[in-house]
Amino acid sequence: MTADFLLSLAQAITKGLLTGMVYGLMALGLSVIFGVMRVVNFAHGEIMVVGMYLAWMGFEYLQVSPMLSLPLIALLFFGAGYALQRAVISPFIGRPEHQQFLLLLAIAILLVNACLVIAGPDSRGVQMDSQFDSYELGPFVFDAVRVHAALTAVVIAGLLWLFFTRTRTGKSIRAAADNNLGALVVGLDVRRLYAFTFGVGAACVGAAGALMITIIPVTPFLAAEYTLLAFVIVIVGGLGSMTGALAGGLLIGVSEAVAGLLLQPSLKSMVSFGILILVLLLRPQGLFGKSGP
Amino acid sequence: MNLLARLTGGVPARSLWGLGLLFAFLLVAPALLGKYGLSVLILVLYFAYVGQAWNIMMGFAGQLSLGHALYAGLGGYIAAGLFFHYGIGPWAGVFVAVLAASAAGSVVGYLGFRFSLAGVYFALLTIAFSEFTRIAFDHWAWAGGSGGLFLKVDAGSDMLNLRGGPLLFYYVILALAVGAFILCRALLESRLGRYWLAIREDPEAAQAVGVPVLRCKMIAIVISAALTALAGVWNAFYYNNLFPETAFAMGRSIEFTLAPIIGGLGTLFGPIVGAVVLTGLGEIFTDLSEVFHVSGLKQIFYGLALLVIVMYRPAGVWPWIAERFGFGEKRQ
Repeated sequence: MTADFLLSLAQAITKGLLTGMVYGLMALGLSVIFGVMRVVNFAHGEIMVVGMYLAWMGFEYLQVSPMLSLPLIALLFFGAGYALQRAVISPFIGRPEHQQFLLLLAIAILLVNACLVIAGPDSRGVQMDSQFDSYELGPFVFDAVRVHAALTAVVIAGLLWLFFTRTRTGKSIRAAADNNLGALVVGLDVRRLYAFTFGVGAACVGAAGALMITIIPVTPFLAAEYTLLAFVIVIVGGLGSMTGALAGGLLIGVSEAVAGLLLQPSLKSMVSFGILILVLLLRPQGLFGKSGP
Repeated sequence: MNLLARLTGGVPARSLWGLGLLFAFLLVAPALLGKYGLSVLILVLYFAYVGQAWNIMMGFAGQLSLGHALYAGLGGYIAAGLFFHYGIGPWAGVFVAVLAASAAGSVVGYLGFRFSLAGVYFALLTIAFSEFTRIAFDHWAWAGGSGGLFLKVDAGSDMLNLRGGPLLFYYVILALAVGAFILCRALLESRLGRYWLAIREDPEAAQAVGVPVLRCKMIAIVISAALTALAGVWNAFYYNNLFPETAFAMGRSIEFTLAPIIGGLGTLFGPIVGAVVLTGLGEIFTDLSEVFHVSGLKQIFYGLALLVIVMYRPAGVWPWIAERFGFGEKRQ
């Protein structure tokens, strides 16, 4: 093994870790929604793609950097998620899985095709000056945009952690997740908390979308891929576990980057699905999950 | 009791008459419908048939599979590949195809059920296997890789090699759909069918009263995979082309689930009614969106229709129709 090879391997791993942080943030949204409401959000990748398009539009038409439009997108997605949960999803909580699946599938079809109608099928990306910047650390070169995206994702994940451990609403949501009946008995407005949770989950994935557009261009067809990717990550990490979602994001980010280097880029998701199958069979609760499904 | 009496026992007379009329109509339909009408009817029967196959797993045995494209894709690729490379006709190739899909089904089923994955977790396992296979076929030269596998379009009629016009494919898919319908009715009335319903309603209780849960689930997935593989073979020879990107796509798997869910899960008529509703809506929306010339518009109408149906008829359309018009079949 040559030094060159080791260097490019290390380079691929760091690249995977940086992208993996954004994956982690995306998966966090899915994990929070499932962990609290036991609803699997089959429209997750579609919401992500809508976030990417909004950030792209902000850049293209208003010359606002995705990093700056991120808080606005997150806020907007929080509101939209809150409203969606209250108006449409709420009656489906506790219903059979296939009904929830069909509902979210319908929402996913609507979202992705709205993107297609508005922005067309061509891939859309942002061209920023910072995309050519890089940081050098010894022999390593890091893309500046990836570093910024990863750091922002870490900050948002940290804020989310503070929200769930330090604020009254965050603690109430965890209480409702832990024991729905108990939460109702002590007088928590569980329906409002659920809407809040879906809002938070949507905000996470919207923010992840704004970050992702700085790394790769968006097409409507990415949506289904991201939905699957988010599933793979949360199952590998442990559905409902916040640490698990982030760790799963890093693991899948690295495995994709390394598979792209050692095998072929087109085989990268095969490795992810291989990992998913192994985890489902050997440790179905995921690497960081507490109890079995 | 003979077989026919068992199959029709307990069914209201008006339902039997309706069924007979429907079958008679389907038999003579090609003479009544134009080319376009026939192509729509072919789609309806195709979705009714695969829906029936998927319904065995989800509607009867309660196991959610979102990876049925795996079995259809394998079946189609194997029969088409044998014909393309070795000239082995589909009437022989179909046995290999069905065997391979059943084997794939038993691997997925055994791993999933043995490690007691249920609900969403089992569904994700089925997706993972299907996606895994999709990427493998993308890189497999024998199957044409991502460039696809093409069968020569043959205008002449060669029934022995399933080459011919829409009429041939219409009667083949009609036979499959009718066969699957009768098979499902027979299965539901059998001991195995009752076991499945027990497992669907409460797997632990079923286990406790001595239902061989693992074996019953395995039989469900193998029958369902084998029937789905037949649809895959039919589909490959009807369209004359196969791409991993579509044959194993998650979208294909989802298509298979829609008719039974929309129509009414676990009912015999659900997949048929669902296929009529979905194909009908699809055709109407295609016409509508052609007026506006916007790509994606059709899917938006479609998404809205799904949303409305699942919000107002979450148990499906058929149980509601059956109750209103006294056809008698309820979800068992």
